[in-house]
Amino acid sequence: MRKLLRRPVFLIGLVITLALFAVALLSLVWTPFPPTKMNIVHKLKAPLDFGFLGTDQFGRDVASMLMVGAWNSLSTSILAVLLGASVGTAIGVVVAMRRGWLELVVMRGCDIIFAVPPILSAMMLGAFIGSGRFTAIIAIGVFMVPVFARLALGAALQIWTRDYVTAAVSMGRPKAKITLVHVLPNISNQIIVQVTIQLGLAILTEAGLSFLGLGMPPPTPTWGRMLADAQTFLGQAPWLALMPGLAIALAVLGLNMLGDGLRDLLDPRDNS
Amino acid sequence: MGRMTLLGSATILKSAAFGFAMSAGLLLGQTGAEAAAKTAITVGMAIEPAGLDPTVAAPVAIGQVTWQNIFEGLTTIDKDGKIKPQLAESWQISPDGLIYTFKLRQGVKFHNGVAFDSAVAKFSIDRARGADSVNPQKRYFASIDTVETPDASTLVLKLKQPAGSLLYWLGWPSSTIVEPKSAADNKTTPIGTGPFKFVSWSKGSKVDLAKNADYWNKAVSLKLDTAAFRFISDPQAQAAALKAGDVDAFPEFGAPELIKSFEGDKRLTTVIGNTELKVVAGMNNTRKPFSDKKVRQALMMAVDRATVVEGAWSGFGTPIGSHYTPNDRGYKDLTGVYPYDAAKAKALLAEAGFPNGFTFTIKAPQMAYAQRTSQVLQAMFAEIGVTMNIETTEFPAKWVADVLKAADYDMTIVAHAEPMDIDIYSRDPYYFNYKNPAFNDVLKKVEMTSDAAGQEKLYGEAQTILANDVPALFLFVMPKLGVWDGKVKGLWENEPIPSNVLTDVHWVE
Repeated sequence: MRKLLRRPVFLIGLVITLALFAVALLSLVWTPFPPTKMNIVHKLKAPLDFGFLGTDQFGRDVASMLMVGAWNSLSTSILAVLLGASVGTAIGVVVAMRRGWLELVVMRGCDIIFAVPPILSAMMLGAFIGSGRFTAIIAIGVFMVPVFARLALGAALQIWTRDYVTAAVSMGRPKAKITLVHVLPNISNQIIVQVTIQLGLAILTEAGLSFLGLGMPPPTPTWGRMLADAQTFLGQAPWLALMPGLAIALAVLGLNMLGDGLRDLLDPRDNS
Repeated sequence: MGRMTLLGSATILKSAAFGFAMSAGLLLGQTGAEAAAKTAITVGMAIEPAGLDPTVAAPVAIGQVTWQNIFEGLTTIDKDGKIKPQLAESWQISPDGLIYTFKLRQGVKFHNGVAFDSAVAKFSIDRARGADSVNPQKRYFASIDTVETPDASTLVLKLKQPAGSLLYWLGWPSSTIVEPKSAADNKTTPIGTGPFKFVSWSKGSKVDLAKNADYWNKAVSLKLDTAAFRFISDPQAQAAALKAGDVDAFPEFGAPELIKSFEGDKRLTTVIGNTELKVVAGMNNTRKPFSDKKVRQALMMAVDRATVVEGAWSGFGTPIGSHYTPNDRGYKDLTGVYPYDAAKAKALLAEAGFPNGFTFTIKAPQMAYAQRTSQVLQAMFAEIGVTMNIETTEFPAKWVADVLKAADYDMTIVAHAEPMDIDIYSRDPYYFNYKNPAFNDVLKKVEMTSDAAGQEKLYGEAQTILANDVPALFLFVMPKLGVWDGKVKGLWENEPIPSNVLTDVHWVE
């Protein structure tokens, strides 16, 4: 516990992230107003004038929309990162086990995916299967695969050089079993840290896609579209842009701080 | 590397150009103080046309650059929507309405020096109505049987059947007179008889025009030496350009919510005029469940038009009950035929066999008015248990292909810009897939009728049929939100036809 207190970055990150999750989960059962309910008589009301954070151009409650937006953003991002992490890690450890030409092919494949920004691949996907949550998850997830593949490969290769692995190999244990029993558990720390950091990136990308109209379709509130819709109202109702902007910034900041904190905490070299 | 070099040189060019512009600006500033009034204007437009020939493509942006500035017609339409003679001095119509004899103006020259005569007029009309013509309003020429030229200053149109609106149609941008030799190149270098000559077109940025010193109409005194149309699609950038003085006028400003931000600016004036832009949510009348009239009527009753205008266009706009605007002749206010009544709408929907509503998709273009209106409609339909999904469909390319051409849609939404285009509901094929012989008969009668009062009565009947049948949800007419420098005079405040006529534009001190 004392060790935790000496790490304010980790603590702040944890608090922000937990708050974000709490708000997102709360939105599933309760919001101050129905988030899609239009009330045009009360449009563009300032924060505290009508509702906690004011209303948008259709008279919808900004606070309720932000809460539901948190859930939409988090759930999309988590699914995308889980997709990327599981596929990427699997590829990474398999390649570390086999090596040879497979390593060359997979790594060049990663380079190719790295070269295409997720926004672009989402636009292509959207053109084929239509925009929506599924498109966003796939587009962001695919972009995450090489990140995790590279990380897992690097970490796994280190593990393969350890004495206990060499011992297991010389005892004739099958490589697949060694991967499951020795390699995966030993690289899991690094994967978890990376998941946290990528989650922040995924939230940012999801907001970008929604901003461009490639995310979930209306009336589902998303932070990105709230920001896009607020553009022309900037002079009249600055809070419309400010609130989702702050939400995105805070979420990404929290997750990055948590990730950094976790990395320090889980780093075995730091124990001294 | 190549790209880097290019970028480098582009930056140098830009800074050089900037420096030049700065010094030019300083010079202009000095001379401007001595000169009486400015003789140049920059007019902003949201959409850049793909070509500059209004006789071969439909987008209204083409006419908004060229009509009455570069190109003129036999007749024209003035700022009150009235038909006026232009290249035709006068005309006579035979008692049976089948022979139109035009006396053409003499001494008119095109910008390339070619003289205007009856052969040129015949060429233009034949080009527009010919078999391989791509004229956007080709059907308006369908009633013409033969075009004759007894002498250089006389043009005779013989019709197959009376066409009561022919003189009006001849005033449209798509009916303008073009010169035979240059006609093929009008898309890029338009040549007409108008008060302004085409100078250059910087794609993606602006079109430059200059005064035509040899303009035939000595009754008008042109005050402008040069004019430019600048294309700025983003409303924020439009507002910034106006405030900075980069553009002198934005006759169709794009964001009603930003209009208030000009209130404190003493230099700029805001002019709210009327247009022909009818925002209607068309339905696929042959696709279930929209093939059932009751369903369409129920959806119409679910819509509170005043709230739509408030939510989508900041309260600027006039609700309509049919495909007709208050400034069209013979207008009837039919918003009371199916007024907002959610309870009745629900009951009618149940009667049609959908007590629990249904789900469908609207293909909505990306423009702000379409997106916002769709979202308001979505919330209103939800009240009567109908779920509407919004699919953003890129306009114009994908929308034209999917909706206008293939009619592969449930519901869509678009602003129809052409004046008096109620006849689109009688076209077959047209994207509404609306087929009503009684309606077609009324429109046929309009063409057989030559007196205005009789036509207006028939237009009233046509409006009423549509208001009852609801082939599309008739929502509102968009206003013309004009913002310009208070010293600029002579721009049209209303828009009886989409245009930016610069003939009378001048600066006052």
